[in-house]
Amino acid sequence: MRHQNWNGFHEGAWQAEINVRDFIQQNYKEYAGDSCFLAGATARTAALMGKVQELFALERQRGGVLDIDTDTVSSLTSYAPGYIDRNNELIVGMQTDSPLKRGVNPFGGIRMARQACESYGYQLSDNVEKEFMFRTTHNSGVFRAYTDEMRLARRCHVITGLPDAYGRGRIIGDYRRVALYGVDHLIEEKKKDKQALANMPFDADHIRQSEELFQQITFLGYMKEMASMYGYDISGPAANAREAIQWTYFAYLASIKEQNGAAMSLGRVSTFFDIYIERDLANGTLTESEAQELVDDFVIKLRIARHLRTPEYNELFGGDPMWITEAVGGMGEDGRTLVTKSSFRMLNTLYTLGSSPEPNLTVLWSTALPEGFKKFCAKVSADTDSIQYENDDIMRPLYGDDYAIACCVSAMKVGKQMQFFGARCNLAKLLLIALNGGYDTTSGIHIGPQMPVLEGDTLDFDTVMERYAIYIGWLSELYVNTMNVIHYMHDKYAYEKTQMALHDTEVTRFMAFGIAGLSVVADSLSAIKFAAVHPIKDENGFITDFDTVGAFPKYGNDDDRVDLIAKDMTHRVITELRKTPTYRDAIHTLSVLTITSNVMYGKHTGATPDGRKAAEPFAPGANPMHNREENGALASLNSVAKISYDDCRDGVSNTFSITPEALGKTEDERIGNLVSILDGYFAKKAHHINVNVLNRETLMKAYENPEAYPNLTIRVSGYAVNFNKLSREQQREVISRTFHEAL
Amino acid sequence: MSTVTGRIHSFQSLGTVDGPGVRFVAFLQGCHLRCGCCHNPDTWSLTDGTVYTPDEVVAKAVRFKEYFGTEGGITLSGGEPLLQADFVREVFRLCHREGIHTCLDTSWSILTDAVRAALDETDRVLLDVKYTDEERYRQYVGCRLEPVLQFLAELNEQQIPTTLRQVIIPTLNDTAADMQALKAIVDQHTCVDKIELLPFRKICQVKYDTLAIPFPFGQLPEPAAADMQRLEAVLRT
Repeated sequence: MRHQNWNGFHEGAWQAEINVRDFIQQNYKEYAGDSCFLAGATARTAALMGKVQELFALERQRGGVLDIDTDTVSSLTSYAPGYIDRNNELIVGMQTDSPLKRGVNPFGGIRMARQACESYGYQLSDNVEKEFMFRTTHNSGVFRAYTDEMRLARRCHVITGLPDAYGRGRIIGDYRRVALYGVDHLIEEKKKDKQALANMPFDADHIRQSEELFQQITFLGYMKEMASMYGYDISGPAANAREAIQWTYFAYLASIKEQNGAAMSLGRVSTFFDIYIERDLANGTLTESEAQELVDDFVIKLRIARHLRTPEYNELFGGDPMWITEAVGGMGEDGRTLVTKSSFRMLNTLYTLGSSPEPNLTVLWSTALPEGFKKFCAKVSADTDSIQYENDDIMRPLYGDDYAIACCVSAMKVGKQMQFFGARCNLAKLLLIALNGGYDTTSGIHIGPQMPVLEGDTLDFDTVMERYAIYIGWLSELYVNTMNVIHYMHDKYAYEKTQMALHDTEVTRFMAFGIAGLSVVADSLSAIKFAAVHPIKDENGFITDFDTVGAFPKYGNDDDRVDLIAKDMTHRVITELRKTPTYRDAIHTLSVLTITSNVMYGKHTGATPDGRKAAEPFAPGANPMHNREENGALASLNSVAKISYDDCRDGVSNTFSITPEALGKTEDERIGNLVSILDGYFAKKAHHINVNVLNRETLMKAYENPEAYPNLTIRVSGYAVNFNKLSREQQREVISRTFHEAL
Repeated sequence: MSTVTGRIHSFQSLGTVDGPGVRFVAFLQGCHLRCGCCHNPDTWSLTDGTVYTPDEVVAKAVRFKEYFGTEGGITLSGGEPLLQADFVREVFRLCHREGIHTCLDTSWSILTDAVRAALDETDRVLLDVKYTDEERYRQYVGCRLEPVLQFLAELNEQQIPTTLRQVIIPTLNDTAADMQALKAIVDQHTCVDKIELLPFRKICQVKYDTLAIPFPFGQLPEPAAADMQRLEAVLRT
């Protein structure tokens, strides 16, 4: 296939098949220099962003939601075009007809849509209520099929946060395909795939796939229609940088109009855009300043993306996130870096537009990245606390060099792999349930294998482990089966038509399980092993507290005695999960990531043998428990780095806060040292780190006086938030975390 | 040789203020000085701390090697590390075998053979010069400046890269004349390639409270950032 809009590009396999990676490899221009070439914000950009800041302020004043369209069901073409400032926008398109106005998306569940409206003082319109009265949503499908035990596990919070009452998300469409090929070609290819199915045995799998392809094709058509409402014809390939960014954005926009999944990630677009920008720069049709403007305008659109959420959802995922994750940088399989000038331009938006939690800028770090890029990243981190880092050197061998990150830490090949998201189970609570022989003291629910409360005045490590293993086995099977129900129903009632249309028809699926409370469990088991833990029972004979006597090694101090307990736990859990088959033969994966739900998980968990009191928050993700680190920051990082990515292919999240003084005396020193820390941590085969360079005092001031810090951004657990958008409880937990300080 | 052991107060896995780059810092136990501005009074005692062999210390440092980059390494601080010069030498010798850069944070020591041997294995010295005249050394440190200068002369003789450090304590050593005197010392020693002025800080008050001993300079103010910049400017002229 040839097209005039491809003039100037190098030829390759990408012309004969849908293959964005090959297009990138044939055409991108690596950049090994520093940030000197970057342009600042133009007056136009500043004025447009000024308008957006005003809207943000108004949104805050109105309790977090500016407006809701309660009359319309969100879809690709259901709203009239919306603009911030029509004559001054370079990239157009809005979720509803007006910026920050939220649409309702009841496909996940009508009850949740209703609750979400009510919690912000709105009422879902009768139209929508009527439309969904006789319609099965994902939520109702799931609850029709859940077993009693699944309901109990959910109710007692041993498995929680499951995507049974909200869209699962974590699917990344290859939005670049729309820009490179145009929608018509994508439709043609999908039609061919559908026709090819006629030669297959028409069993349940192929019937389902045939219907899915029908839906994908239909929604590609809607995408074209949506773009035409904004005056664009996206049936053919984009002709220049502005169109490439616009087409890509339309594809993303179509997805977030159709779906309100928890994480609606973007993928890996910067270096793709760079090819078009370089072509325009070479043709003399674009300047550096104009190139930055295009990226800025695109990012402004991403910053105003919103979904309507329920209060329960906000407790799990605080700060109103969308996880519009963009993976930046990384190395190619041929040894060239994938860093381009547009990798810099993307990060530069944190200066041209100010710091911000979205898009969730994620640097794919390799020790081989060019020095200039490493230093720029470190500088941006120190200045804005808005980026996270993930280890390209351990992911590239598994996912190649065109993978991206969904949500926080979930790697997948763009357009070729997807995942079934599965929240997490509470390992600390499970330990307590095991000790109590299948009774959860917090909820008063009997669950799991029933046996006597563990006897003895002092807990014996081997006895505890033997019993814990039984409950891990039980929960793992239940967890997989629960996920199977959820994703069967999600495919059936809320299938991601637009996003899956931007995947190969044959995709690899992951089923992503998660654990919460890893550091609590590691320290608790360490206490049982190395100190004397005396259980304290209530009047009914159930263990509700512990008297722990003596010292014990604590996770976070680079001490193998306890760190290997943590590592072993993840290995045990994934090994048990793999024993139960998954829906659509998805590959079992595991994450150690909590988002902000570590607060909620802690709230529902009794006192633990490590000395943590009942209801106290867990540490986030794979972090050591707050303030138990005694040997400084690197010892803490070394502990987390021991958790194996082979066991946790869905990611190991670590959130790291350090004061500027502890990083060095001058800005140059701080940048150089942060680069060394990142190089070292990732050389240790660690997977992920959020970096915050700030003082606890700043957060305390923002806690006391939120109005004075409207844009304070911090990384929490795989994503960034505007500090003010967290609940008071979540804010207090963030303040209580370890801040590595200078001596 | 490997029978030597050392007393160590504590470790800091991320040191960024005691020597170049990212450093693993071991704070050795024991000090003969009683500086009024000391922020580690808990390292004074010669008998406290935990006993380690050099191998044990180096085994810890090696765990952080990946973080050291091109500049970082190990720093032995204290306390006064040169009170345990044999131990310092052995730790540094083993570090060099592992390719780890060695840095010594000291206030000086009499030049014994053991100290000279330790310096043989030292890649950089952070030398704390507290004041620039004998009178204040006698009054506020309880010893003399002259041996410090002798020590510095030895560093110069051996051309060991040296960072000269001074804690700036308002009313005691915070005048332009003080800085000129410091600069005069630096100018005579080509081994000194860096001067660091450290603002006097009182966050260590809690340590004195815990030890139930008075913080000698507890009543003095901390220097303002602007004053530090003013003094830095004098050094640059």
